[in-house]
Amino acid sequence: MIDLAAFSWRFLKVWKRNLVVYQRIWKVSFLTPLFEPLFYILAFGLGFSGLIGSVHYGGADLSYTAFIVPALIATAVMWNAFFETTYGSFVRMYYQKTFDAMMATPLSLEEIIIAEIVWSASKSVAAAAIMLTVLGLLGFVQLPMGLLLIPLAFVGGLAFGAIGMFFTGIIPTIDMFNLPIFLFVTPMFLFSGTFFPISNLPGWMQPFALAFPLYHLAELARRFSIGTSETGTIISIGYLIVFFLFFTVLSFGAMKKRLIQ
Amino acid sequence: MENIIEIQNLVKTFDGIAAVNEISFFVQRGEFFGLLGPNGAGKTTTIRMLYGFSPRTRGKLRIFGMDISTEYRKIKARIGVCQQDNTLDPDLTVEQNLHVFAEYFAIPKKEAFERSRELLEFFALNHKKDAKVLELSGGMARRLILARSLINKPELLILDEPTTGLDPQARHQVWEKLEELKETGITVVITTHYMEEASRLCDRLVIVDHGKILVDGSPEDLIDRYAGRHIIEIEGPDQALIEYMKKHDFEYDDLDRRLILYEPEGRDLNHTIRERFCNEKCIYRNSTLEDVFLRLTGRGLRE
Repeated sequence: MIDLAAFSWRFLKVWKRNLVVYQRIWKVSFLTPLFEPLFYILAFGLGFSGLIGSVHYGGADLSYTAFIVPALIATAVMWNAFFETTYGSFVRMYYQKTFDAMMATPLSLEEIIIAEIVWSASKSVAAAAIMLTVLGLLGFVQLPMGLLLIPLAFVGGLAFGAIGMFFTGIIPTIDMFNLPIFLFVTPMFLFSGTFFPISNLPGWMQPFALAFPLYHLAELARRFSIGTSETGTIISIGYLIVFFLFFTVLSFGAMKKRLIQ
Repeated sequence: MENIIEIQNLVKTFDGIAAVNEISFFVQRGEFFGLLGPNGAGKTTTIRMLYGFSPRTRGKLRIFGMDISTEYRKIKARIGVCQQDNTLDPDLTVEQNLHVFAEYFAIPKKEAFERSRELLEFFALNHKKDAKVLELSGGMARRLILARSLINKPELLILDEPTTGLDPQARHQVWEKLEELKETGITVVITTHYMEEASRLCDRLVIVDHGKILVDGSPEDLIDRYAGRHIIEIEGPDQALIEYMKKHDFEYDDLDRRLILYEPEGRDLNHTIRERFCNEKCIYRNSTLEDVFLRLTGRGLRE
């Protein structure tokens, strides 16, 4: 199934192509991760927390703001990577024929896909780094441990980038991304222990939450920013890596079927 | 002469239907080779197999003596491809398109920049180097795609309808550039719908239809073989003319309102026809590749 000769360092060339494009729009791109967490903290942390008091999580009582801040980073990682390999990659593949042009060069399709996923993870890293600066300065993230959020954003970005790429391989038209977003990403966004601990979920729903990669990413983000989590660090990291590998392999198959005729 | 491309009994099927059906041809170093045929004849499918975009179903396909399915990287590093669609990168400027593409070939930066400058100069795009691709006219975009396909100094250039959709000025400009390239000894495979283009550029060509090769030869040779030297077109032919043709066993195509007579070698039919059968309008002209093409592939509409 997997042809090792199709993998080489050349994927970095495609990654670099995306970087060149990003350099033209970064001034706009970095505003979202800069201001979004501030909006959330203002809305949920200050406005909402008065209604809630403290959250019991991982054997500790946390303020609501302290509870959601790491999850905000985790969701930003998810959105950045997922949007990049869905809408971003789909536009490049389908409308701009960028992949067609690349496939007339010594690049392999596998390298193009890997590059897109790694690029999406890089965007997650950029977003996480900006958020970390803001949230670190505000004292919501413990430093220097919080710096581990940077490599974590990369691993999480790979996982969400890979599943996004898989959807890009199978989706017929760009409008239909609504479907995986509605059926998969939105429930994950809400029920991954992001805005409330999953112990508040009915018992039958909890195993589903445990299967969400965002749950593990949020767990790890809490472990690295406030030193508390409910799931083993190794388990969560392992889950994200397996998730990434699994959907990367699936997206090779889907994209081959789609592009190579 | 060294064979750059060797194709033997090449087959490509889609869902059991053969788009390319047992075709064989070769292209020698330095040749300008044409692949002609109506829409859906299998040209683009063949071309895509050539540059490794789509895998073949059966048959032999060797480029530079290597197998494209296993040595695609080595082969692709030595070929340039100008696809039918505009595959320029709209997120990048004109010059960046060349620089980034050079990266895909792992060309060192200094060399890539120098090469880009030369190519922009050659294709008269220097003044547009910082423009966005979407701001280019059709002709300029086509020239940029050509420039991009030459970034790796390919030994083999594959052109899939390089002038489709261009106005006559832009088309002639592309032809001039291609002729200049030909001087450098590069090998070219081209598909086109413009017979004038094929006649002017190709040393040798094949006409394909329904996935099969119909004929193979130089443009002049094919014209001689299939359309004679001269053609008389007679508008509004009458029964007497048709009987006259049949009696003398002349080759002709009856298009109802118009009759096309292929003048046999050594006969001067022009006067006879004009005096005896020309009711409306008669044209006496040299045969062209277009006549050959239409004779061989028929005049029925495709698609």
